[in-house]
Amino acid sequence: MTALPVPAPAGFSLAQYLICLKGIIWREGLRFLHQRERFVSALVRPLVWLFIFAAGFRQVLGVSIIPPYETYVLYEVFITPGLMAMIQLFNGMQSSLSMVYDREMGNMRTLLVSPLPRWYLLSSKLVAGTAVSLLQVYAFLAIAWFWEVEPPWIGYLTVLPALVLTGLMLGSLGMLISSVVKQLENFAGIMNFVIFPMFFASSALYPLWRVRESSPLLYYVCEFNPFTHAVELIRFALYGQVNWLALAVVVGCTAVFMVGAIIAYDPSRGFIARRGGGDA
Amino acid sequence: MRSVQPSALSVEGLSHAYGARRALQDVTFAIQPATFTVLLGLNGAGKSTLFSLVTRLFGTQRGSIHIFGHDVARDPGEALRLLGVVFQPRTLDLDLSVGQNLLYHAALHGIGARDARARADKVLGWIGLADRAGDKVRDLSGGQMRRIEIARALLHEPRLLLLDEPTVGLDIKSRADMLDHVRRLVAEERVTALWATHLIDEVAQGDDVIVLHQGRLLAHGAVPTVVADQDAPDIHAAFTALIQDTADERSEAAT
Repeated sequence: MTALPVPAPAGFSLAQYLICLKGIIWREGLRFLHQRERFVSALVRPLVWLFIFAAGFRQVLGVSIIPPYETYVLYEVFITPGLMAMIQLFNGMQSSLSMVYDREMGNMRTLLVSPLPRWYLLSSKLVAGTAVSLLQVYAFLAIAWFWEVEPPWIGYLTVLPALVLTGLMLGSLGMLISSVVKQLENFAGIMNFVIFPMFFASSALYPLWRVRESSPLLYYVCEFNPFTHAVELIRFALYGQVNWLALAVVVGCTAVFMVGAIIAYDPSRGFIARRGGGDA
Repeated sequence: MRSVQPSALSVEGLSHAYGARRALQDVTFAIQPATFTVLLGLNGAGKSTLFSLVTRLFGTQRGSIHIFGHDVARDPGEALRLLGVVFQPRTLDLDLSVGQNLLYHAALHGIGARDARARADKVLGWIGLADRAGDKVRDLSGGQMRRIEIARALLHEPRLLLLDEPTVGLDIKSRADMLDHVRRLVAEERVTALWATHLIDEVAQGDDVIVLHQGRLLAHGAVPTVVADQDAPDIHAAFTALIQDTADERSEAAT
């Protein structure tokens, strides 16, 4: 009885890396299309803020002329970049939730036993999640246009690289969190301890100079919140401008979160093994 | 001159602990290519831990694992390429079709869509579900899902197939079918299979068996040999005798 000869080690070609990336994005897209409720709720959430909250607060909050705006803007226009970032924040946390869920259901295992390097698999997963968030953001922008949120046409193009970066940052933050969150029901915890503080202690809903007037401490908290910089990067890019400080912070945070997530999912150092991954 | 073929799977001095709890203690064995080996152990014996280490879900703390001579820790890409896995939890995407699930898995192994379709037809043929590629996974029975998972694990033509309690939740007929399918793959396609289970009646006379108990390897060999070594009438009695011995040793050590 002889067994078949074992194929010789061949390594992986660039084409194989690309096939893998394409496959992961394709699956993420299919899953997204099959979960129509997820798409609807991803759209309804920011629209509620835009249609109801912003309308109510229009008279309460006066927004003076601050860069990148050249004229007085409606409150709706002011909070749109924050809501775009919020879509990506939720998407990042939701795909982190789906990682925890996937891991319990075993899908994460399917991904991680691929022979391609693990950092590549996790990065591909991040890119796929970011691509899904872009669909959501542009769908939101399309609806917001009918609500008098009309950035310059070129802005729709210049905001794209900014959205890719912020999507990666928030996605990698979610991935990092998913490696330390143990159970499915902890999404409520993520809402309370991650999403709400990040969203409210930022420049998403109010300009920071107004925050400083009421509480200098909160102002510093906002300044140190990476989400503030994600919002500002999007805000400037939507008007064809670059906010260099925001760009630097977003790039730096993306790098830190990604490296953290890759270390966390590394089999020899990671938290998966330390926790025992459930059953023995 | 032909070099000696390495073991399909060789495990040396493998120990693993979750904090203070030791899940595997100094486990050493090697299984030969194109054999069907049953990894037999009660729940908590360390079977899933062993599989998590072989698939590199966890890093090895002590000891080493080689798949056809490739060190899992040092050369994971080449080792995992030769490995197909059927996990204990279901890992198919229920909302996607059978074909989409297979294509996704192929992509994870760097296999392009056209090649993947041809391979999918072939593996679905092996498991007798050739006409179900377009069906949603959700619409399949439990036994069919399990067979799809085997087909998926075979898609990248692995030489070593790991199955972690693949018959959990299946009825008697589906269980027997699964065993038949995998034994046939070993006989016809020369695949090596390591089948973990706690069900002794899944062991056949012609198989190799590894007995794992409380993280220790108690016996390894062809079923008749293991049975003869224990002076037992059958594998059932041999298994009981083996785990009884450990219990005795423990109580002697305690007194």
